[in-house]
Amino acid sequence: MPAGGWRARLRNGDEVAHLMALLFGLTLALLTTLVAFELVVNSSLARHRFGWSFLTGQTWDPVADQYGAAPFIYGTVVTSAIALIVAVPLGIGAALFLAELAPRRISDALTLVIELLAAVPSVVYGLIGVAVLVPLMRQYVQPALQRVAGSIPVFTGPAYGVGYLTAGLVLAIMIVPFIVSVVREVLLAVPREQREAALALGSTRWESTARVVLPYARLGVFGAVFLALGRALGETMAVTMVIGNRPEISASLFAPGYSMAAVIANEFTEATGNLYLHALVEIGLVLFLLTMIVNAFARILIVVTTRRGTAA
Amino acid sequence: MKIDRVALTSARRRSVNVLMLGSTALCAALTVAALAFVLGYLVYQGGSSLNLAFFTRLPTPVGEPGGGMANALLGSAKLLLLAALVGVPLGFMAGLYIAEFASPGPAFALRYATDLLNGVPSIVIGIVAYTLVVLPMHHFSTIAGGVALAIMMVPVTVRGTEEFLRAVPPSLREASLALGATRWITIARVVVPAASRGILTAVMLGLARVAGETAPLLFTALNNRFWSHGWTEPTASLPVMIFTYAIAPYDDWHRQAWAAALVLLALVLTANVAARVMVRRPAVSPG
Repeated sequence: MPAGGWRARLRNGDEVAHLMALLFGLTLALLTTLVAFELVVNSSLARHRFGWSFLTGQTWDPVADQYGAAPFIYGTVVTSAIALIVAVPLGIGAALFLAELAPRRISDALTLVIELLAAVPSVVYGLIGVAVLVPLMRQYVQPALQRVAGSIPVFTGPAYGVGYLTAGLVLAIMIVPFIVSVVREVLLAVPREQREAALALGSTRWESTARVVLPYARLGVFGAVFLALGRALGETMAVTMVIGNRPEISASLFAPGYSMAAVIANEFTEATGNLYLHALVEIGLVLFLLTMIVNAFARILIVVTTRRGTAA
Repeated sequence: MKIDRVALTSARRRSVNVLMLGSTALCAALTVAALAFVLGYLVYQGGSSLNLAFFTRLPTPVGEPGGGMANALLGSAKLLLLAALVGVPLGFMAGLYIAEFASPGPAFALRYATDLLNGVPSIVIGIVAYTLVVLPMHHFSTIAGGVALAIMMVPVTVRGTEEFLRAVPPSLREASLALGATRWITIARVVVPAASRGILTAVMLGLARVAGETAPLLFTALNNRFWSHGWTEPTASLPVMIFTYAIAPYDDWHRQAWAAALVLLALVLTANVAARVMVRRPAVSPG
């Protein structure tokens, strides 16, 4: 295009507005790229020094400048798994009630309350976890579990109160609202005819829900679970406050552990050497990639189901 | 005999029905009870520790009773102001581009970038703000914390802007164009005003969310026991204070942490309820 063309276009308000908006659109793309770029660049020392063994190394020793992220990856995975085991049945159950049973007005009111639960800051959950859940776990829950199921290795060892199990439970409370909210949306998108057909064939309300509605919405439900998992993986404050902060891998869920987000939160300001800092940033990079994959999964599944639901 | 079996199975099916439906109600009740407990416990613990000094005084040294978190309140306000000033215009314009100008390809790519940014754990955003601002400046600052929160505001604003611009009925747009307005006059005078309430709500929800963020501030704004002057000094903030005080072994500090948590939660929940009254819309949009 000739120069005169550009000048003429710039006198046109529409073109100027378009150009401005485009610049900000590009800034958005740049910002996202920048996040990934900064993580990659600022972890280079650790990546070159340790390579892939960074992910499997179990020693985290800043004094000897030896860094392995396995205890943190293990902690993040274990606490997130506990959170899902507790939160998924609870969340799906609550969403079924809200979408299938409760009258619309009650459902809307309860959904609002549950969504407010999602707005409570992480650090507040951490505070309540430290003050209420940790003593409760130490005095009652962990000894009780030990008496009942002490022969299983995951329920052995001294009851500290802090540890994987406590962190997982706090996470569970934090991700339930996300599961409820998304699963309810997905269930509400299931066409009415599906339910009516099942009921007309003589099934009970529960049978229509469990055998028709849930299977129909299952992709969206999986999406909600992945979404909640993405949250759980990156959750920092509440976990940091109740996981115990010990960089060791233990089979017992009662044992204190550490998570990827927690080690960054605790040690970043103390990271004196460059290699130390780069090792922490690399943990951030691993966390970034992990949540990116999980969120992408969630997104695809939810889009597929809600589209199909409304189209049908 | 046969009839009996049918009656028996149907009785079994009916009891399963009642049992399972009952347990879904129980799940819902448990979840709602969780919020009731969080609120109740905070009011119980925080209410007794909250007083005027909390809002007007600086923190006192360990062991000395009294004191408040006036510096943290101001610090949080300054951080939120920065987040809004930087993050909201950027997010708004990008959202405008996606909704009004972009062709399907770029719109999809930008929407994906937004989702990606939205899904980045807040602690990772903290790392990025650290490498972008703290490393070049060689010290922690209000600006660094503000940048971290601003990055978190961007995707929220983009999404809110796009969603509510798209919700403006085409008839409004067409009426304006039919009257001879150009495209950008239509956008600026008709479409954006029509969507403004929804966009403001989305921004408010976003600010309420970042107001409670602790992780991205830990190594950007850091903390400060005194007033933070200007924008280049480390600053205290409400969430970081709660964290610091909660994990310290002093009873005085725990009481302060409860008071701070109650204030923070009151702010966040008020913003959420107000936003929902303004526009009825789910807080947790899928993805």
